Formats: sequence, C-alpha cells, structure tokens
Amino acid sequence: MSATELDASHNHSHGHDDHGHDHDHPAWLAHHFDDAEQQFDSGKLGIWLFLITEVLFFSGMFCAYAMYRSLHPEIWTFSSQFLNETLGAINTGVLLFSSLTMAWAVRCAMLGQNRGVVACTGMTIACAAIFLGVKAVEYSHKIDLGLLPAGFYVPQVAHPEHHEGLSKWLIYFMIVPGLLLVVLTAWYGQAVATANAVQKQIAGPLSVSALCFFLGVGLGLYLESGEAAEHGDKAHAAAADSHDAAHAEGDHAHEEAHASDAAHEPKDAATPAATESASTDSHADASHAADNEIISPDVNKPNAAGLFFSIYYCMTGVHAIHIIAGILVLTWVLVKAAQGQFHSEYFGPVDYVGLYWHLVDFIWIYLFPLLYLIT
Amino acid sequence: MSAVVTPGSVQTAEHSQSHRPDPNYLTHTKGFLSWALTLDHKRIGLMYLVGILTSFLLGGILALLLRAELFFPGEQMFSNDGYNQLFTLHGAVMVFLFIIPSVPAALGNFLVPVMLGAKDVAFPRLNLSSFYLWLAGTAFFLVALFSTGLDTGWTFYTPYSTLTQGPVVAATMGVFILGFSSIFTGLNFIVTINTMRPPGMTWFRMPLFLWATYATSIIQVLATPVLGITVLLLAAERVLKIGIFDPAYNGDPVAFQHFFWFYSHPAVYIMILPAMGIISELMSVHSHKAIFGYRMIAYSSVAIALFGFLVWGHHMFTSGMAEVTTIIFSALTFTVSIPSAIKVFNWLFTMYQGTVSMVTPMCYALAFLFLFTIGGLTGLFLGSLSTDRHLHDTYFVVAHFHYVMMGGTLIAFLGGLFHWWPKMIGKMYNELGGQISALVVFIGFNLTFLPQFVMGSRGMPRRYAQYDKEFEFLHQLSTVGAFVLGMGLFIAAGVLLSSLFRGRKAPANPWGGDTLEWHCESPPPFYNFLRPPVVKDPYDYSRLVYDNRVGGYVERPEDRASGSHK
Repeated sequence: MSATELDASHNHSHGHDDHGHDHDHPAWLAHHFDDAEQQFDSGKLGIWLFLITEVLFFSGMFCAYAMYRSLHPEIWTFSSQFLNETLGAINTGVLLFSSLTMAWAVRCAMLGQNRGVVACTGMTIACAAIFLGVKAVEYSHKIDLGLLPAGFYVPQVAHPEHHEGLSKWLIYFMIVPGLLLVVLTAWYGQAVATANAVQKQIAGPLSVSALCFFLGVGLGLYLESGEAAEHGDKAHAAAADSHDAAHAEGDHAHEEAHASDAAHEPKDAATPAATESASTDSHADASHAADNEIISPDVNKPNAAGLFFSIYYCMTGVHAIHIIAGILVLTWVLVKAAQGQFHSEYFGPVDYVGLYWHLVDFIWIYLFPLLYLIT
Repeated sequence: MSAVVTPGSVQTAEHSQSHRPDPNYLTHTKGFLSWALTLDHKRIGLMYLVGILTSFLLGGILALLLRAELFFPGEQMFSNDGYNQLFTLHGAVMVFLFIIPSVPAALGNFLVPVMLGAKDVAFPRLNLSSFYLWLAGTAFFLVALFSTGLDTGWTFYTPYSTLTQGPVVAATMGVFILGFSSIFTGLNFIVTINTMRPPGMTWFRMPLFLWATYATSIIQVLATPVLGITVLLLAAERVLKIGIFDPAYNGDPVAFQHFFWFYSHPAVYIMILPAMGIISELMSVHSHKAIFGYRMIAYSSVAIALFGFLVWGHHMFTSGMAEVTTIIFSALTFTVSIPSAIKVFNWLFTMYQGTVSMVTPMCYALAFLFLFTIGGLTGLFLGSLSTDRHLHDTYFVVAHFHYVMMGGTLIAFLGGLFHWWPKMIGKMYNELGGQISALVVFIGFNLTFLPQFVMGSRGMPRRYAQYDKEFEFLHQLSTVGAFVLGMGLFIAAGVLLSSLFRGRKAPANPWGGDTLEWHCESPPPFYNFLRPPVVKDPYDYSRLVYDNRVGGYVERPEDRASGSHK
C-alpha cells in the first residue's frame, strides 16, 4: 500500500477515532490485538519471559549458595540442624497442594466456570496464607534464638532460654494479617447484610485465607514446641558441645570429631592450636561425625554459621515476598472471577498467574532440600 | 475501570476537534493527563526522550565539571572526595539514566510498533509503568545526588560500597527499580516482535533495527535480573549485615564483581546493539542502496547478544582469578570482535557504489564508523591478558569505553534522533546546522578522548582528581576537547529545538527510506496504520523517487497505479 493511499484512507475515517474499539472488538480484547489468539499468545510469551527473569533473579542467590557451600560445607551441616524439617516439609506439602488447586483454577477458567475459579484461587490463597503463618513461626523462633544474618548472629549455647508465651516477633508478624482478618470479615459481613453476591464471593475466600494464616501459626507453634524436645535439643546439643568444647580448650570435641580419622592427622589432634585451624579439615570428617552431630566450634560464629543464615534469610525472604506478590495477583484473579469475566476465549490472566504460582512453588521445592535437608 | 486513558475514553475530546484537518498522535488529545496517563507507545517514547535528554544534560554538565577540575594538575574547584562524588554521579547518571534507556526506550518505543505496522506494543500498560519506574529510579538517584556523598563509582564495588557513608542504599534501590524498567521494556519488545508482526513480515523481512532491538531485549531480560539481585544483596549487606561480600564474615568481595559484571558486561551490548541497529538503517537509507549482507547483520546481532554473556570475567583480570579462567575469558572476549567486525564491513560495503547523501544522520553514521572502530579495536588491547595488566584502571580504559559508549551509542543515538526527528515531531530541521553539529561533535570527541589513550598507556590512573605535571598538556587537550564536544551538542540541541518553531512541515518520507514508519504520515496518526500495511523487502528502494512538490520521496507513479505489490 502506498503512503498516499494510507493517507487518504486515514483522513477518511477521522470522524470516529475509536476504530480500535469497533464492533467486532469485544471488551476483553485489547484494542491493539487482532484476535483472542494473538492476545493470549502475547500474554503467554510475556509471562514465560517474566518467569525467566525470575529464575535469573533467584539464580544470583543460588550461585552464592553453591559457592559458599562448596567452600565451607561444615557450616552448612552445622547450621542446617537449626532448621525445623517438619515445618519445612509441611510448607512443601501446602505449596504442592496449592499448585494443584491453581492448576484446577486454570481448568475451571478454560471451561468458563467462574465459581470454580473463585473456589480454587481461594484455596490457593489460603494455602499461601498457611505457608506464611508457618514461616512466621519459623522466623520468629530463629530471631529469638539469635539465629540471624552474619552481622547479628549470636553463637548458640547449650540450653537456650525458653520463651514464655508468644514471641514478640511473632506478634509483629501477626499484626497485618490480623488487621486484614478483621477488615475482611467485616466486609464479608457487610456483603451478607446487603446480599451482594459478588462481594460475598470475594470477601468470603479472602477472610478464610486470613484466618488460615493463623491456622498456619498455630500449626507451627504446636509442631515447634513438640519438636523442641527432640530435634531442637539435638541441634542445641551439638551447639552446646561445640560451645563447651571451645571453653574446654577444644581438646575433647576435637578428638572425638577426629577419632575416626585419627590415623590421618595425628599431629592435629596433638596440638592445642589445632581447633582454631581445623575448619578445613573438619569438614572432611563431618560426614563421619554426622551421627553424633559434633562439629568444630569454629562454625558456631557469625562469620561461619552466620553466613548460612544470611543466605537462608535472603533466599526464603525473597521467596516469601514472591508468595505475598502471588497472593496479590491471585486476589486480582479472584475478583475478576467473582465478576464472572472468564470464559473459553478469555482465561489468560488465570493461566499467567497460575504459571507464576507454579514457579514460586517450584523454587520452594529447591529451597527446602537445599536448606533444611542437609546431614 | 482504571484511570488510564483508553482510546475509547478520549472519544469525546476527539469529536470537539474533528473539524481539524489532521490530528496526529501529538495533537489528538490535549492536557497534562492525556500525556501522563497515555498508553500510546509514541507518546511514551517521546516522554522517555525528554527524560533521558534531561539526564544526559545533567550527566554532561557533571562531565564538564570533571574535565574543568582536571585542567590543572593540583586541586582546583573540588576536593578529592568531591571529585569522587562527581565521577560517580557522572557515570551512574550516564549509564543507568541515559545510555541504557536511550535507544531502546526512547527511539525503540516510538519505532518498534510503527516499523511492525502495529498499533501499539503488546503490553501498553506495562510500557507506561516502565516509564514511571524509570522516573522513580531517577528520583532515587536524585536523592543520592542531592544528599551528596555517593562516591563508590557507578560499579558499587565491595567492600568499599559496604563501608562508605554515602547513600549507597538509595542509589542501589534506584538501580534496582531502573533495572525493572529496563526488563519490562525488553520483555515488551520481545513479545511485540514475536506476536505482532503483520502478515508477510517474516523474520528476515524485518528491518535490521528490529533485529538489533530484539537482540538487545534478550539481553535486557536475561541479564538485568542478575543486577537486580546483586544490588539487592548489596543493600542487604549494608542494612542486614548479611556479609556475603564481606571478608570479615567469610564473604567474598570478588563475588560481587562477578555478579555485577555478569549483568554489566552484557549491559554494554544493551547499549551498543540498538545503536548498531540504527546505523544499519542509516547506512542503507542514506546510501539509497540495499543493505549489504542483511542476514549476516541480523545473525551478528544475535551472536553479539549471546557472546556478550560469556565475557564478563575480563573486567577482573587483575582482581584474582584462576589463570586458566582468565585465558578462557580472554579468548571469549576476542570472539565478540568477530560479529562486530562483520557489521562494520557490511556497513562499508553498503556505502560502496551507493548514492551517499551527506545529510546530518549520515554524518553521524560516518562518525560512528570511525569512533566505534577505534573503540572496538582498543578493546582488544584490554582483552589480552598481558597488556591489560598494564592498562587496567588507567585512562586507556576510560578512553576505550567512552569511544564505544559515547562514540558508539551516543553518536548513533544522535544520528537516529536526526533521522527520525521529522517522523516524531513532524518538522524538518536546518540541515546545515545539523551537519555542523556532527562535525563539531566529531572533532571535540576525538580531541577529548584520543589524548586519554596516550595518557593511559603512559600510566595515568583513572579516578584521580590530581595528577603528575607530565600529563598536564594531554589533560588540557582533553578538557578543551570536552568543551568543544559540549558546544557541538548544544548546536545539535539548538538545531532540533529551533525546528520545533521554524521547521517546515516534514513530508511522510524525507530521506527515501522504505521501512514501514515512512509509510505513515509525519507525525504518525494515533493508531499508526488503519489496516496492516503491505510488507515487502524493507531495503528495496527501486520504487521510490524524489518529489520536489512534497519535498520528500514518493512511490513512482507507475508502481502506485499497478497496486504497489511486489
């Protein structure tokens, strides 16, 4: 087509400038797309590219993890004992279940079953809330014990003070969800009072989700206290041993750690200064000494175990931020579904949010074994 | 709905002025909000243009202050600390606020959909939010600027950046936000180019500017997130004391350099690739001859994007790396020169036997050829291990990357700006003024940076406010050159600005280009094209003739009559 022809036809149609919104262009199709397929493909490609950027975003931390773990494996074996595997496993299960409900939501959207989308995204948000509740218990427990990033790390002692009542950090973590619970429940009450069906569909699942945060907190607290006798004490026993050992000039712990390998390093065991320099050797022995979990006291320090917790907080923290972002976009989908917007030609947003949610789960699937399951 | 202005909601405003002959994207709605909330890629591109040119002015003034300080060896206007802050802000403003968004965000936003014959980019809202992210990032930088004290260099190397008192967290948050602006722009372009090409535009019928933009976007999407996490970790290092870059906590400061350059080296190609795309267009259009080696130029763009990810280690030859690693990085560095050289030779052969019109954009394109070649070849000295040991952190490095970033990207950006200015604004500028600006910029640029190669090879270290007496003459040459360069840029600005008021109306096709943007009016109407235009070889000029009445190129009458299909 020539320039002049274009001009001519252009001048022609200037009476109505909304030719992007002409009659065969439904409201759900953006003005610059030709058809539903083009719009869907664009969105799909866009979200996949975004997921790639997310993977690369996390990759920086995975690199840091790989680098420091390979340099100091003994730090990882020592510090990982302080993470509660049961809580991690429960959160893994919760997220896996949420992926199922998410996939189900996408299917419902494809079939145009908006009520199904509401139910499924509601369940997904509830799972996310449980996850965050459990995470809040984990974080607050660690903060109380001084299991903090390198600069704030407090070396662990044999018998940590047991906190009575709720940790103040847990209370801080509960402020926002608590407010949300109150507001959402009130909003739901209003919806019931005014018989507003759409508002009910939105406020109902959201208030249940806010409640689920506290369910997660309760679950976390229950398991944390049950574990404390068994797992936590084991970890602290290890810490205690290393701690005591440090006070007892390191001889006892060191000999025990090296007992199985004594033949290799008789000189080390004999010299009193060896404990200080043993960190490189001891990780070679760590696997042997794994049963009794006694590790060089060198590790129980800000510049050692603290580094692990730095990486732990960075990775799980950024992941938790992604969970929160996921809750926000899932809420957006929920609202759209409650308004009945999805049908077989327009279900892109559910699909895209679903992909994002699966990625967030997927990253946790890596984080769990990499951080919690180290022996 | 949201407060965003959609085409439908401006309809009422439209009717009131429908008697006007030719509303275009600049005039079809009025008022501040119609710009601030626009989803039109052309307006967003123009807003970016204003933003980045303002940043460039700021960065340029900082540069002139630096050069003025260096006119004499001793301390002049600034203390050593003040000088550190100046060069940090100069670098950070130029890199993050100007060069990286310059071509993709400003020219790219305007051109990509028009060149595709599309109405808009794939995600117009995301596009607008990119712009506001850019503004937010800029605000963080301005905080760092006015709280004075960011003195880490634009690279934020640890451990200094974790110890210094300056507003590092504000600046890193600025970088983080700007990174997302850049990611979203890249993502948008990839999707747009993939899904919104009109019928008939196969990958190998795309204008080369789009190939270059596509390659750039790939880098933006793949590399920028790593910068995001790096600066986030740096901020966490300062706020939460995570210590992973701090030797006191068993962390490794060189790890920061690896993380940083894993982004920032590909970022160099974010800067230069779109510039190469511009030059491909300029060379072909102003030589009135089909581009030589279309496919090789297209492939070489992608090759540069991919190789660009494998060479970051060459910034750390002297920071402590395994010897074998340095050798591998050095070898990979050399491979990047191959696709770059392919492009340069293809541009030369495009001019060969062409009808070269020495209009302003072409003057800049020729300047680019010289400057980029010098910049590229001096990179080889820095990429080889033995010479880099001597030249590392000297003025040689400074001169090298200014030749690439400024002599390459900035010059190409100016060329592109002069080339598409009539399309964007609808006004022709003073041709002679434009040519003079190109000449002055070229002379000033070489006068500024050629002496720096000499200084660097004689051992003048970078980032020093004071220097030995023996370098005085070369430094003075460089400073004089910088002011000549500044003058050239002011002439260019004057030429463009005066065209707003005095320029004659631009024809649809002033240069004789045949990519799709020359098929719509200057400036384009709101929706660019009414129906998808017919696509053919973008570099076939045989159907165009100059028409004196229009002052631009039109299709030959016989072609027009025969329906213009090819």
